[in-house]
Amino acid sequence: MRLNSRDLSWQVIISALLRRGMVLIVLVALMVYFTSQSDRFLQQRNLINILEQNAALIIITVGMTLTMLIAGIDLSVGSVAALAGAISAGLIVNNGLPFGVSVVITLAMGFGIGLINGSLIIWGKLPPFIATLAMLGIGRGLTLVYTEGRPISLNGVEEYTFYGRGDVVLPLLGEIPVSVLVALAVVIISGVVLSTTRFGLHVYAIGGNEETARLAGVPVNRVKMIAYGSSGMLAALGGMLLTARLFSAQPQAAVGLELDAIAAAVLGGVSLFGGVGNVFGAVTGGLLVGVLSNGMNLLRLASFLQQMIQGVVLVLAVAVDMITKRVEGL
Amino acid sequence: MISDDSQALLQLQNINKSFPGVQALKDVTMTVLPGEIHGLLGENGAGKSTLMKILNGVYQADAGSIMWQGQAIDLNSPQAAQQSGISMIHQELALVGYLDAGKNIFLGREPHGMIPGTINWRKMYADARHILEELGLTIDVKRPVRFFSIAQRQMIEVAKALSFDARLIIMDEPTSSLTDREVETLFYQMRSLREQGVSIIFISHRLEEIFEICDRVTVLRDGQWVATSPIEELDRDILIKHMVGREVNQIYERRSNQASEHIVLEVQNLNRGARVKDISFQLRQGEILGIAGLVGAGRTEMLETIFGVHPAKSGTIAINGKPVSIRRPDQAIKQGIGFVTEDRKGQGLFPVMTVAANIAMTRLTELVRTVFVNWREVNSLAEDFIKRLDIRTPSPQQNVRNLSGGNQQKVVISRWLTLNPRVLILDEPTRGIDVGAKSEIYRLIQQLAADGVGIIMASSELPEILGVSDRVLVMHEGRFAGEFDPKQATQDDLMVAATGTYQEGCLK
Ligand SMILES: Nc1ncnc2c1ncn2[C@@H]1O[C@H](COP(=O)(O)OP(=O)(O)OP(=O)(O)O)[C@@H](O)[C@H]1O
Ligand SMILES: [Mg+2]
Repeated sequence: MRLNSRDLSWQVIISALLRRGMVLIVLVALMVYFTSQSDRFLQQRNLINILEQNAALIIITVGMTLTMLIAGIDLSVGSVAALAGAISAGLIVNNGLPFGVSVVITLAMGFGIGLINGSLIIWGKLPPFIATLAMLGIGRGLTLVYTEGRPISLNGVEEYTFYGRGDVVLPLLGEIPVSVLVALAVVIISGVVLSTTRFGLHVYAIGGNEETARLAGVPVNRVKMIAYGSSGMLAALGGMLLTARLFSAQPQAAVGLELDAIAAAVLGGVSLFGGVGNVFGAVTGGLLVGVLSNGMNLLRLASFLQQMIQGVVLVLAVAVDMITKRVEGL
Repeated sequence: MISDDSQALLQLQNINKSFPGVQALKDVTMTVLPGEIHGLLGENGAGKSTLMKILNGVYQADAGSIMWQGQAIDLNSPQAAQQSGISMIHQELALVGYLDAGKNIFLGREPHGMIPGTINWRKMYADARHILEELGLTIDVKRPVRFFSIAQRQMIEVAKALSFDARLIIMDEPTSSLTDREVETLFYQMRSLREQGVSIIFISHRLEEIFEICDRVTVLRDGQWVATSPIEELDRDILIKHMVGREVNQIYERRSNQASEHIVLEVQNLNRGARVKDISFQLRQGEILGIAGLVGAGRTEMLETIFGVHPAKSGTIAINGKPVSIRRPDQAIKQGIGFVTEDRKGQGLFPVMTVAANIAMTRLTELVRTVFVNWREVNSLAEDFIKRLDIRTPSPQQNVRNLSGGNQQKVVISRWLTLNPRVLILDEPTRGIDVGAKSEIYRLIQQLAADGVGIIMASSELPEILGVSDRVLVMHEGRFAGEFDPKQATQDDLMVAATGTYQEGCLK
C-alpha cells in the first residue's frame, strides 16, 4: 500500500491522533472510573503512591524502549535489577563501602552486563531474544549465589533507603518522593537524547532499517552497544530503587518485571519491530499499567482477575495500534 | 584504453570476488577519469552491482587492488568510502521508511549542532530542501519517506548521494523507476556535477540513456571485463554484442494483433480517490493493452484497484461478461488475474526463501501431497521456469535475495505464470532488466497473448509501450486521456496526452 500527499485524509489524521493519544485517553478514562468507584483513588497521597510504586518500572521501561527501538529486546532487566539490588546492598553491608561508591560500581556492573548482551547479539550473532533470555537466567542465578538465597537487610543504611521512601519538599508541588524525581530525570534526559542527538536519530534509523543505516555510514554496532549498555544500567538503577523501597535486597525481587516493561512500552506505542515509538509514550504506558493495578487493588479485585484484565488491556491496545497503522497505509 | 593512468581518479585492478557457488567477478579492471561520466553496462548478473559495492566498502574483494588518486586504498566500510569521497546510490532503494526525507538524506552525516552530539536540525532541513529543489522536487522534507512514491524516493536517494562533496558518485540504476522528465532533471544535475570535476559511474539498462549521458563505457559479461571505450566509438549493436556476447537482432518484434473478439475483462466507471477516476475499458482475449502516463498519473493505483489491493469506491468489473466482486487480491486471483507489481522487493518476493519456493509459492497447495510439500515437483516446476525465462541462478535452491535485480524480476513473473492466468497485469515489467532479457520478456508476453491471455502492461518506457502493445491507453491525473494505435502513434503523441495537453476528439 502506498499513500501520497494528496491522500492524507482525515482518516490518517484521526488515526495518528488516536495512536499517539490512545494511551492517554485510556489512562484518563481509567482514572475517572476509579475515582467514581473509590474516593481514595484521587487523593494526592494515592496518586503520589502510584508514581512512587512505579518509579522503578518506568526507569526500566525507558531502557526497554531503547532496545526495542533498535528492533531488539532486553529480557534480562528483571534479573539485572535483582542482582544490582543485592550487590549494591552487599557492598555496603558486607564490605563496608560508602553508599556513593556502591552505586557507581552497581551502575557500572549494569552497563557491563548490557555490553555483554550487546556483544552476544552483535558479534555472537545471537537473536536479541535468546541472548537476553540467557542473561535473564544467568543474572538470577548470580543473585541467588551472591545472596545465598537470603535477603540482605538495609535497616539503618539511611542514605540508601532515603531513595526508596524519602521525600523532597519542592515549592508549589509539596512533598515529592525522591524515587519519582530520579525517574523523572531519567525520562527527561533519555527523551531529550533520543529526540535531539545523532545517537537518537541513529537509534531510529537502525530500528527502521539496519542495512540502510549501515550503508549510510551509521556506526551501527556502537549505537547498539550503547543501547544495550544503557538498558542494563537503567535496570540496575531501577533495581536499587526497588531495594530502597523494601529496605532490603530480595533475591526474588523483580521477577517478571521485563514483561511489565515490554507491556508498558507496547501500550505506549513502541513497536516490537523497531524504529517507532518514544520514551514519553512508553512512560504513559508504564503509568497505565500502574494505575490499572492500583485501581484494581483499591477495588479489591482478586489477583487472578487483575492479571486477566491486564492481559485484555494489552491485547486491545496492540489491536488498536495495528488497526490505526493499517489505516495509515503501512 | 587510456594511456596516461597517472591522471586517473580511480583504478580498479584485477578485482576478484566470489560468493558461495558463484564467481561474481574475475580479474576486472576499470579506470575512471576525473570529471567523466562512465557508463557501466552488462546483463543481469554480470557483476556490476558487486563491483560497485566493493568500491563502496560494502563487500571486500577477494583479490585485486584499488588505486584512488594514485594511491592504494583500503575500502573496508561504507564510512571509509564516504571519507575518501565516494558516495553511492544503491540499486535497491535504501531509505528508512519511518524517517523523514531530511533525516534520510543526511543520515550518517548529520550537521553538528552547538552542543556536541546534537544535530543542527534547522541547517539539516534547509540543506535538504535546497538539494531537493535543485533536483526539481518540492516535497515536505519532514514527511516520512514511506509516504512518497517510488519515483520520489528515488530522487531522495539521488539527493542523499549529492548531499556531500563526493569526488565520485556511483549510481546503480538510478533511472529504473523514473520517467523521462525526472531523468532529464537527473541528467542536468549529472552534467553540472561533471563540470565541477566530479566523476560519476552510471549504471543503466536503458541504452538510450547511456548514449545520451556517458563519456566512456565499460562493459562486463559474466563477471569479466569485456571492453572499455569512448562512447563515440560505439553504437547500439556493438554495445549489445559486447553485453550479450552475440547479436540480438530486434528487441521489439512486431507481431500482428491476435486479439480475439471475446472480451475477457471489462471495467466500467471504476473510481477510487484522486488517482482512479472514471476508468472504463475492455480487454480482449489475447490482447496486449499498454498503459502509459507520467509518474503519479495513477497507473499503479488503477491496476491495484482492479486487482483488489485497494477496493474500488464505485464501478464494476466483469470477467468473461460476468460481473464479479473483487475487494481483495485473492478474489482477483480466483478470477484468473495475475499481477506483477512494480515494487518487486517490497511486494513481489519472499526475500529469505529459495528461488524454487518463490516460483512455486502460489501453487504450493497443489504441490502438497497429503501433508508434505513435494519438493521434487517444486524443483522441477522451478527448473522449468528457470530454463524458460533464462533465470541466472546457480541452482533452484539459491536464496532469491542473492540474485541480481533482473533475475529477481524473472522469478516474480514466473510465479504468476505458474497459475496460467486469464488476465496478467504487469506494472513496469522490465524495470532493471537487461536488453537480452527484455527481448525475452517481450517475446514471453507476446507468446502469452498468442495463447489467449489478456495482458495489461503499464510502463514508463514509451518505446516499450509502442513496441509491444496492440493498443495504448494514456493516463493523466487518474483518468484516461487518450487511446492510440501504436502502429501509428509516436512517442510525442503519447507524451502530449500524458501531460494533459491532448485535445479531446483527435483520436489517432
Ligand atoms: N550476496 C550475494 N550472495 C551470493 N551471490 C550473490 C550475492 N550478490 C550477488 N551475487 C551473485 O553475483 C552475480 C553478480 O550479481 P550483481 O548483482 O553484481 O549483478 P548486476 O550486474 O548488478 O545485475 P543487475 O543488472 O541485474 O542488477 C550474480 O550471479 C548474483 O547472483
Ligand atoms: Mg545490479
